This record gives sequence, C-alpha cells and structure tokens, in this order.
Amino acid sequence: MGGEFVMLSLVPILIGVLAAIACALPGNFLVLRRQALIGDAISHVVLPGIVVGFLLSGTVSSWAMMAGAAGAAVVAVLLIELIRRLGRIEPGAAMGVAFTALFAFGVLLLEQSDTSSVHLDVQHALYGNLESLIWVEAKGWSSLFDPVALAGLPPELPRIAIVALLMLVFTVLFWRPLKISTFDEGFARVLGMRTNLIGFGLVIMAAIAAVAAFDAVGSIIVIAMFICPPAAARLMTNRLEAQVLWSVAFAVFSAVMGYVLAGYGPLWLGADDAVSAAGMIATVSGLVLALAALYGPHRRSSGSPAEG
Amino acid sequence: MLIDAVTLQLGYNATLVAIGAALLGIAAGASGTFLFLRKRALVSDAISHATLPGVGLAFLVMTAFGGDGRHLVGLLIGASLTAAFGLWIMHGLTRHTRLAEDAAIGAVLSVFFGFGVVLLTVIQTVSVGRPAGLEDFLLGATAGMLYQDAVLIAVAGALAVLVVWALCRPMTLVAFDAGFAAAAGVNVRRVDLAMMGLVLAVTIIGLKVVGLVLIVALLIIPPVTARFWTNRSDRVVVIAGLFGGLSGFVGAAISATAPSLPTGPIIVLTAFVLFAVSMLFAPGRGVLAAWMRHRRQQRRIHLRQGLLAIAQDLPIYERYTLQLLVRAGLARADGVPTELGRRRAEKACRDESRWAVARRMHSHESAVSRYDGLLPIEDVLTRDEIREIDRQIADVGGECA
Repeated sequence: MGGEFVMLSLVPILIGVLAAIACALPGNFLVLRRQALIGDAISHVVLPGIVVGFLLSGTVSSWAMMAGAAGAAVVAVLLIELIRRLGRIEPGAAMGVAFTALFAFGVLLLEQSDTSSVHLDVQHALYGNLESLIWVEAKGWSSLFDPVALAGLPPELPRIAIVALLMLVFTVLFWRPLKISTFDEGFARVLGMRTNLIGFGLVIMAAIAAVAAFDAVGSIIVIAMFICPPAAARLMTNRLEAQVLWSVAFAVFSAVMGYVLAGYGPLWLGADDAVSAAGMIATVSGLVLALAALYGPHRRSSGSPAEG
Repeated sequence: MLIDAVTLQLGYNATLVAIGAALLGIAAGASGTFLFLRKRALVSDAISHATLPGVGLAFLVMTAFGGDGRHLVGLLIGASLTAAFGLWIMHGLTRHTRLAEDAAIGAVLSVFFGFGVVLLTVIQTVSVGRPAGLEDFLLGATAGMLYQDAVLIAVAGALAVLVVWALCRPMTLVAFDAGFAAAAGVNVRRVDLAMMGLVLAVTIIGLKVVGLVLIVALLIIPPVTARFWTNRSDRVVVIAGLFGGLSGFVGAAISATAPSLPTGPIIVLTAFVLFAVSMLFAPGRGVLAAWMRHRRQQRRIHLRQGLLAIAQDLPIYERYTLQLLVRAGLARADGVPTELGRRRAEKACRDESRWAVARRMHSHESAVSRYDGLLPIEDVLTRDEIREIDRQIADVGGECA
C-alpha cells in the first residue's frame, strides 16, 4: 500500500495531526482559564471573515481568506469585550450574542454573493475537506526525497506546520507567565506581569491556530481539539507539564485514529465509501475524553470526597 | 414587497411560517431568559449541536424500516433523544469530574456535531441519487416547507409559549435565587429539569426554521436585549418574549421576499439589530443614557467647583467651568461673577461648611454616607438639625475651605 498511502493518506494525516497539536496547545490554557468556548466562538466567526476576504480580494487565494478570518477573529474578540463592558453582560451571554450574529452575517453574505464558481460554502466551513488534500505528485515513500514531488505538496501542509511550530514556540517561550497567570492571576500581577496582555495574547494565539486549522480541516475539529484533548489530559494528571504532554498525545492519537477509522473503517465493515474524516476525528477525541472521565486517575478535584 | 411580507400578503405558507417563527421566538425568548438569569446561556449551544446525530440516526432508522427518511416528526424525535443524551453527558462531566461547565459544553457540542457529520456522510452514500436534505437542519430552510410541517411548528411553538406561561413563577424564583426557592418549598431540581426540557423543546422546534447552528441566538439575544429595559425579572421574561417574537416574525417575513435571504440568519440578524439598538438607546442601562448621566454629573461638579472658587475670590482657570457659569448666568465671560452668581456661591459655601460639621457629628452618619459632594444638605437633614449645625459653625467661626 506504500505508494497509494503516501499519495492519498499521508498528507491528510499529517495535516490532521498538526492541526490537532496546534489547537490542543493553547487549548490547555483556555480550558484551565474557563475560556474553552472562546475557541467555539472564534471558529464560528471565521466564516464571515473568509467570505469578506474573498469578496475583497475577488479570488480564492488562501492568504486573502486567512487574513479575513484573522481579522474577523479579532473583531469578534473586541465585540465580545465591548458587549461585556458596555452592556454589563456576563461573558457567556456576550459571547453568544456576538458569535451568532457574526455567523449569521457570514451566511447571509455568502448567500448574497456569487460564490457558485468557487468552492466556498457553509458545509465546507463547518466540516472542512481533509480527504481532498491529496499529494498528486507522490509516487511512493521515495517522493519524500524528491524535490519536484515535494513542490507539489498541498500548500495547507507547510502552513499548518508553521502555525503548529508557532504554537510550540509560544507555549515554551511564555510558559512561566502563562502558567502563573492561569493559576493565580493576583500573584502574577504582584510579580509585575501584564495579566490582561497575557490573556489577550493567548486568545490571539488561539485565533491564529483556529484560522490555520480551519483552512485545512473545518471548524468542528478546531472546537473539538481546543477542548477534548486538554480536558481529557486534565483528568490524567495534576501537573501542567504532564497535562500538556498528555493533551498532545491525545490530539495525535485522535487525529490518526480518526482518519484511519474514517478512511478504512467503512471498508472493513463492507461499505464502499469513506465517511467524514473531520467528524470521525472529533468523535474519537470525544471517546478519549469519555474514557478519561470514567477512568482517569485525577478525574475529581484533589481533596473532594470520593464518590459513593 | 417587504410591506407585503410583514402584512402577511405573501401567500398562505409564508404566513404560516411567519406566525410559527413568531411563536417560536416568543417561546425561545421567554425560556432563554431563565437560562440567561442562571448564567448558563451557552448550555443551549451544546443542546442544539447535539441534535445532529439524532437527525441522522432517525433518518437511517426510518429508511431501514422502509419508510420515508425525511418524515419531520421522526427526525425531530431522534433529535430530541440525542440532545437529551448530550445534556445528560454534559451534566455528568460537570458533576462527576473536575471539568468546568464551559469545557463540558464545548466537548459535547463538538463531539456530537462531529459524529453527526459522520452520519451525514454515511447517509449520503446510503441514499445515492436522492438527496436527504438533512443539511437544511444546519441553517434552517423554510422555502420548501411542507404545509403540515409549518402547522406542526406553529402548534408546537404555541404549546411552548403556554408551558412558559404556566411555569413562569417557579422558574423565575429558581433562576433568580435558587437557595431562596428551595427554602420556599420549590423543588429546584425538578424546575431545573423542566427549564432544560423547555429549552430542548424550543431547540427542536427551531431546527427546521432557524437551524441548529443559530437557534442558540434566539435563546440568548432576546433575554440579553430585554435586560437593558428593566431590572425586574418577571418583566425581562415578557419583554424577551416580545423581542423574540418580533425577531421571528419580521425575520421570517423578510426572508420570504427573496430566495437568497436564508430564514435563520435573517431572524438572528433582526434580533441582533434589536439588541444593538437597545444597548445604545435603552433608558437606564443603555450606553447613551449612561453617557448622558456621566455628562450631567460632570456639569454639576464643574458648576459647584466654579461657585466655590467665586466664594473664595479665586480666579477660574478651567475653561469648561467658566463656560458653564456664563451659560447659567452666574458669571461674565471675563470671570467676574454676577449678582446671582455671588448669591449661589455663598449658598454653595454655606452648604460645604455645614456638611463639614455634619461629618464630625455621629448622629448624622447615615446622611453623611449619602453625600457625594453635591447633595444639598436641606434634602437630608431637618431644619432643626441644620440650625444646630449653623450654631456650631458660628461658635468655631468656620469659613468654607
């Protein structure tokens, strides 16, 4: 299966894995700070962003759309903050108001503009198109060393790789301020850290991860990977270092397992067609979380009485 | 065209859909209020996304038994089963693990939705050549709605409104103060369950009209909007219902005028416009009202400081202060006070020294605590008390500082 695997499956699996890691890394801090749904909000808001990016640039150039999506994510964060402050409304509801309105605006814009010639629709935005990212030039494993074939790699792969690397660098560089401000904001402030700046930076990083991952895999994976692997990891350990490692492991496992089950599972069961890889990856990550919730060694907060 | 739509001239089906959407909006706005007051607004997002696998499973089951997979009632029953399951899982995650509610909401919504998408792709391969049309549930579609489906939505919406009306009292109690409700003999768990059931029902009814991605907006935006207009929870429920109904009706009507105006997004944007207008212009809690209050207070402080400066024969450097004094006829443009200005300055000075004495007297503690630097002393103390204060001022021979 070597040649066919490299051509059809290697790139999607790699993209899935990288997207999962890129989302899971900032997701750890979002889950601990009880901002998990920021990821949900951002991934909805990406839709109007890419539509505006498309309308302004007139092309389906990925860069224009990604710029639009990133802009929309910033607009969403500011809008949520504005509604929260001006209207004195609790953050959850403010988020609900902002992201649904922006998403509705995106759908309306999409329906109003002529996008029939390009591949841009709501379904695509929601569940991506991981399976279509095949590496046409690949002949087999040897293509990995063939510059001509490498030039034909889908552009999503290097892009998501760069973003995953960026997330890794961000997490390592800002480890101490992130950790301290997440667990004890008051203490962080006493140490002279700009906690609101750290918080805003984290949300921006999450937005970058969401936009890049969205470009490759659609928004379900983005939300699932922001939340499920970090949440499952949280139930495995009390140490943040270990939690981040667990979350990366869970993310990789979900991406690989999900892709394999979606691509080959139906064949094993006797059906002919594959099912949605993005959906399957989200499902697997949910199963991982379910197992962690049932059997994880640290599933209850330390000090709380045992069940029964 | 738009007039036609809002006045129900667009044909029988469009009218029925608009009425159904209005009833749905009323039910959603009113029941969403209880979620909002309990600070659990986004729970509804998990519920709505968890309906997708149910829709898919119901389609597969109905097709397997040889029926029409698109039968709306069957699909909605499937949707409510998985939505309830998702709610149960979410509850379990927050109760039995240390995960916070937001993580549980996000996990349930993404995983259930992901599994739903898997089922949709399965359905695509099962029903080759005959599109199942289940994607309509994502964003809602009223264009090709069957007559009996429209009736179903209208009737279910009316029923939901009735249930809200019947349970309004205990749900308000619980949403506002669960501890007090328990003490008053309300079964909080059961009311909570009823509330969730109601939200679930509204979500299911809204699937076909607004779609599962956006139905959460109808549960969140109207209550948030209503909150700007009143501080009383029972009125929030009614106003949220009105706003929700209005959004549903106007949105559905506008959407009926053109094919490229999808119902769900238009309803949500209508609700958002109402929200934005309320946030800016509502009396009391609106941004404009708050800004005007701020300006008025600023003016009063400037005037007071100007008068105190006049009383002590100090020059006024602050241009805005002088402007206000001139406008009120208390000073001339060159800063020289008018006769009226002198009298008012004297009064301000007397007030100031009276308050200074009052602050030293323990008997006026509660009155002093209300003093914001501007309050006239006659408003809080009796004439006798002020006379007593004046006597003390005369003893010390105090002047305004």
